[in-house]
Amino acid sequence: MNEISLMPEEQYRRLQQRNAPDVKELWNLLDEVKDPEVPVLSIWDLGILRDVERDGDRIVVTITPTYSGCPAMNTITDEVVAQLNRHGYDDVEVKTALSPAWSSEWMSPEGRRKLRNYGVAPPEDADIDADGLTPDAHAKCPHCGSRNTRRISEFGSTACKALFQCNDCNEPFDYFKKI
Amino acid sequence: MSDAIKAATLEYATRLGDDSVVLGHRISEWVSYGPFLEEDIAYGNVALDYIGRARMFYTYAAELANDGRTEDDFAYMRSDREYRNLLLMEMPKGDFAYSQVRQLFADVYYTIMLPHLEQSKDKTLAAIASKAIKETKYHLRRSRDWVLRLGDGTEESHKRTQKAVDALWGYTHEMFDMDETERLLADNGIGVDVSKLRDEWHKMVSDILTEATLTVPEDSWAVRGGRTGYHTENLGHMLTEMQIVHRSHPGCQW
Repeated sequence: MNEISLMPEEQYRRLQQRNAPDVKELWNLLDEVKDPEVPVLSIWDLGILRDVERDGDRIVVTITPTYSGCPAMNTITDEVVAQLNRHGYDDVEVKTALSPAWSSEWMSPEGRRKLRNYGVAPPEDADIDADGLTPDAHAKCPHCGSRNTRRISEFGSTACKALFQCNDCNEPFDYFKKI
Repeated sequence: MSDAIKAATLEYATRLGDDSVVLGHRISEWVSYGPFLEEDIAYGNVALDYIGRARMFYTYAAELANDGRTEDDFAYMRSDREYRNLLLMEMPKGDFAYSQVRQLFADVYYTIMLPHLEQSKDKTLAAIASKAIKETKYHLRRSRDWVLRLGDGTEESHKRTQKAVDALWGYTHEMFDMDETERLLADNGIGVDVSKLRDEWHKMVSDILTEATLTVPEDSWAVRGGRTGYHTENLGHMLTEMQIVHRSHPGCQW
């Protein structure tokens, strides 16, 4: 009998990865490391945290940038090291992987909820256009839930977001782009 | 990797890094001067994407060079004669129309070129390309919208945009030049044979310019030299500004 997957394949693989017994504790510790640009999201929620491995006494953490110019990568690296150091892991290496390129698909379901509560519309709250890009209207307003919205800028406060305004409640809001 | 291929790949990564950092810096000159706040932020984000790309190319170049240099040495410790960027990228920002036309020319170029680089046998170059492709889609939509809006806008905006197209056209030919280094890499499945991309670029750009009621220039003149280190005087001025902090306080950390 075929099984119907209840979560995207990518999410499932990520969960399997973090539940491996020898590294589970490390993944849990790293949940405390937040993205400095979107402080409600952990690097796990955002999908920046790709892998955690043990190499003898050394802990090797692999992260990937959302965008090429993401200015948060250095801070994130420092915080990963500091967090693990605080919990007794002195030998930590942080690697940056470029391939496969980060995708907003990697964001956790919990991350999407947190994002919406924070006032940022997650990627699935807009229907991408024919070119696979952010549409010029109808992203769902995270404040009042209206679809009567319009894009006012292709790029918002950071490269990963676009700026919208709601025509009903008039609030501007960030939309986390699908990429 | 043979020594010849390695040396060529180092040179190639440096060239691509130079194109990105120079264009990224030129765009960053618009920060706080954008026509309105959202546009100011948008263009600043595009600059960041390019500077991020430059960092990835330079980090790879430093790894290949393996002589103790870092990405910072590539960006900040080379003079204009050592830079290998395309001349198009170093032209001063000009007025807003001029910058958007240059941006359109570059964005169309990367839209066509990066998918080829993504197929490179060199895993690092392929990974950088694959990251950059996604961003370039957004860049192109933005510069295309601006060129349409300015070209098919007021009499003044049309005039300025056409002037920018005419002034920059002669700098676009260099994008499709191949020399021995790039030929060697293309033959080995590492670099892109850009000489084959001109027709596609010309068609995409012409369609957009025509839609913007602008005239596509004749190919009457061409300037070259960036890939061999012969630059316009503009690059020297730009690098002076870009490099002064790093060179005044070598090794400074904060």
